[in-house]
Order: sequence, then C-alpha cells, then structure tokens
Amino acid sequence: MRKFKEFFLEKLIFICGLASILFVLLIFFFLLKEGLSVFKTVSPLKFIMGRNWYPISEPPQLGIFPLILGSFIVTIGAVVISVPVGVACAVYIAEIAPPKIKEILKAGIELLAAIPSVVLGFIGMVTLVPWVKHIFGLPTGLTALSGSIMLAFMAMPTIVSIAEDALYAIPKSYKEGALALGATHWQSIWRVLLPAASSGILAAVMLGIGRVIGETMAVMMITGNAAVIPHTLLVPVRTLTATIAAEMGEAVVGSQHYFALFAIGIVLFAISFAINVTADLFLHKDK
Amino acid sequence: MTRNPYRTEKIAFFFLFLATLLIVVPVGLIVVIIIQKGLPAINWQFISDMPRNGMRSGGIFPAIAGTVYLVLGAVIFALPIGVLAAIYLSEYARENLLTRIIKLAIVNLAGVPSVVYGLFGLALFVVFFKFGASILSGSLTLGIMILPIIITASREAMESVPQTFREVSLSLGASKWQTIRHIVLPNAIPGIITGTILGIGRAAGETAPILFTVAAFYLPRLPKSIFDQVMALPYHLYVISTQVPNVEEKIRYGTALVLLAMVLITNLAAIVIRYKFRKKKKW
Repeated sequence: MRKFKEFFLEKLIFICGLASILFVLLIFFFLLKEGLSVFKTVSPLKFIMGRNWYPISEPPQLGIFPLILGSFIVTIGAVVISVPVGVACAVYIAEIAPPKIKEILKAGIELLAAIPSVVLGFIGMVTLVPWVKHIFGLPTGLTALSGSIMLAFMAMPTIVSIAEDALYAIPKSYKEGALALGATHWQSIWRVLLPAASSGILAAVMLGIGRVIGETMAVMMITGNAAVIPHTLLVPVRTLTATIAAEMGEAVVGSQHYFALFAIGIVLFAISFAINVTADLFLHKDK
Repeated sequence: MTRNPYRTEKIAFFFLFLATLLIVVPVGLIVVIIIQKGLPAINWQFISDMPRNGMRSGGIFPAIAGTVYLVLGAVIFALPIGVLAAIYLSEYARENLLTRIIKLAIVNLAGVPSVVYGLFGLALFVVFFKFGASILSGSLTLGIMILPIIITASREAMESVPQTFREVSLSLGASKWQTIRHIVLPNAIPGIITGTILGIGRAAGETAPILFTVAAFYLPRLPKSIFDQVMALPYHLYVISTQVPNVEEKIRYGTALVLLAMVLITNLAAIVIRYKFRKKKKW
C-alpha cells in the first residue's frame, strides 16, 4: 500500500517538474494559434515594416514599425542611463560599502524591485512628466524620455543584483593577487574584477533590457501613446507592450485587430525568449 | 601631468558613490511622497466602503477584496505545483538534458513580459476554456506568473539542506519519500514560505496580466463566485489616474499608498522570516 502511494507521488512530482516546460509551450502555442491568423491578410514583412498602425480603420492598417521603434527608442534611452549607473552601484555595494551600509543599500534595491509598476507609473505621471515638460519647454511631458528615465529606474534592481552576484562570485585570490602586486583598490576593481565578472555583468545588462522591453503599465502611463515614428526622445511614443494593454480591451475576439495584438505578443515573446536564453548562457559560461 | 593612482581612486569611488545615491535617494523619495500625500486620505471609510460618485469619492473596499481573492487563488494554484516541481528538481532530477530544459523553461517563464501573460490568460482561460473574464481566469494567469518565483525559492531551500541529513534518514530505513516528507521539507519550510510571500507581493502588484482576464473597471459589489469579475487594486489605481477625469489627488495617492503598503508589508514579512530562520539554522 505504501509502495503504491509512493509510486503515485513520485509520478505526480515528476509531472509537476515538467509543468514549467508545459506552461512555456502553452504560452507559445496559444500566442501562435491566435496571432498567426493575422498573416492571412497581412504579410509578415508588411506587418513588421508597415508604417501605419490604424487597427480600427476600414480596412485596418496593421503595420507595427512605429511601435517597434517606440519600444526600441525607449529601451535605448533606458539602457544608456541604467547600465553605467547600475553597474557602478553594484561595484559600490560589492566592493566599497561597509557591511552595515551594504545591508541597507541592498534592502533599498529590493524595495525598489518590489514597488508595483503601476505605482511607479503613477509617481512618474505626477512628478517626472511635469519636470520633463518644464525643463525642455515641451507641449507635453508624456515623452519617450520620461519613459526611458522611469524604465531605467525599473531595470536597476535586476542589473544591480545580478552584477553584484557576479562580482561576489569572483575568487578572493584574484583581488588579493592584484593588491599584492601593488595595485590600488580601484586599479584592482577596474583591471581585474570587472573583466573577470564581465560575462555575469553582460547577463545582468541583458536581463535588464528584457525587463525594460517587457514593462507595460508604467510605460503606458507616461510615454503618451502616440503610434507615430519617433525622431527624437522628446516626443510621445507608443511601445509594443502598451499597445497590447491599451487596445486589447476594445478589440473584438476574432477580429483582425485581436489577431494583430496577439502577433505583437509573439514578437515580444520571441524577444524575451532570445534575451533570457542568451543571458542564461552567459551566466553558466564558467561552470 | 603625472597621474596619481590614489587620486584616481578617490575620484572613481566618488562617482560610484554618486551612482548609488542616484538609485537609492529616489526610492526613498517615492516612498516618502506617497506616504505623505496618501496618508490624509486613509481612514476606515476609505478602506471599508464602496466607491461612489464614479470613483471620485467613497472607498476602495471592492478593489482591496478583489486583489485578496486573486492572490489567494494564485497561491492555491501555484504553491502545490511549485513545491512539487522544486522537490523534483532538488531530489530526483539528474544532470541531464531534461533537467537543463526544465531550468531553462523556468528562467523563460520568469522573463515573459507581464502583458504576454495577460494575452495568454485571455486566449487559454477566458476564450478557450470559456471561463470568461473571472476570478478563476485571473488567478490561474497570476498563478502561472508566480510559479517560477516559488519553484526557484523552494528549490534553493531544499538544496541547502545538507546531504548528510538525507543519508542518515535513508540509513535508518526510511524510504525516499519519507525522507523528503520528514527531513527535507521541514527544513526547507522557511525558504518555501519566503518564496511564496515574494510571489504574493508580485501577484498583488501586477496589472497587465489581469487587464483582460478579470479586472473590472467599476463594480461596487463583492463577487459571488469564482466566475465573477472583480475590481483589483493596481488596475483601480491605473483607472483613477488615467481614465477618470477630476479624481481628487488625495484619493489617487491614498490608493497608491494602500497598494504600496500591501506589497511592501508582504515583502517585509518575507525578509523577517528569512532573517529569523537563518539565525535558527541547525547547520
């Protein structure tokens, strides 16, 4: 009897072990199932490169190029801000901060990671957006720049914690060797620790980018949602994620619009899949 | 000009410190601003009453209750699967291709954009299974989203139980399952609880996955079954800050404060539990 129970339990454990694979496949399958229908009327090339996104005009124009550019420009802005600041912060926490300060800083970073994106979006709306409008003398502060700043902030916890782990994982002997040869602490960080941790830091940057591209609510609330091709950072843009979130509520199930939004989901899923697999390779490179 | 390495070091460290401040100071400011401007709105009526006057006055009770239902549903779904999956990875899985793929799947599940979870929930639960926009659909979607958090935390907790504990148990004649049940699980409980609480915090704060699967724009009553729609706190904050004009600022900040407090208190609980049990560790 007990043998039977244990046999059953072990099978159940095995099935649950496979659950993650099942869910990833299910997500992929259902995105494809709903999303691929759009290509019956629009060619994939036209969908990706089309310059007009007018999903409810008759006939609908479904080109997501402005949305891709919107996501791209906001992401670039966020990466330019968050990578240097994030890596610098990771170095400070890992190498320089005294133990007590270190704990406080780590708690602060965890706190930032825990704040819901809709709350950050709200705060961005009431503080950052008016500042951007005022400083640059714009008609509206709902711009790609505001989105970039907010997203940089949201990518920080990912970048800092993973880069810090990478720095921490380097054998102490590396640093001791550098110091014994007469290098200053900074020289040992710059010439020895950072190069040694480079694959981990690269993974941190990639996962940060993944976080930025996938972020939805804050971006929708502060980038202005204009589906036009942006030429500078100081104009409203609309990202891939915000388009789905803003329009799916009104799209009729089974319409071209509905399928097109799922096709955007496929694009996002593919991007995040590529980023996560690459980052994982970097993280496990040394082992 | 000769370069003095010590001066370079000082300058470099100053910039590193500055970068750290650039992250930590705004975090503190955000929390302080929300508390300062939100606190005047908080009273018993705000927390326990229905919204009135097109959400421009009254309370936010149905949104709080909705979020609690959704989070409970998500945990009921994700906790058993997550813990069993962690047992598989920590106790049964060998170093082979299958294990590698499972780990990669978990990493990917954790990285899927939240709005894509929303699409998936819409396609699978709302449309395909015909659950409609309901607590059931929303909870399942959130449950799948927090699964990787629970699996990862539980697995780490189980793997940190020393191998000798298992060997002693097995040498006394206990079966593999008895060893897991009586030796591994009890010692891994704190880690599992921490992971679950972090998952709860995540599920309570997410908006995009519930947008099309459950969240109601305005529904000033409590749900009667798991097939009802509910309001949810994060979506409510989104609605009153972007969709409804002329909402008093106090109410927006108050809602943000309640949401932030819920999420931060759960996270704080996780940190405290982790800290307490780390001190009591027997090995």
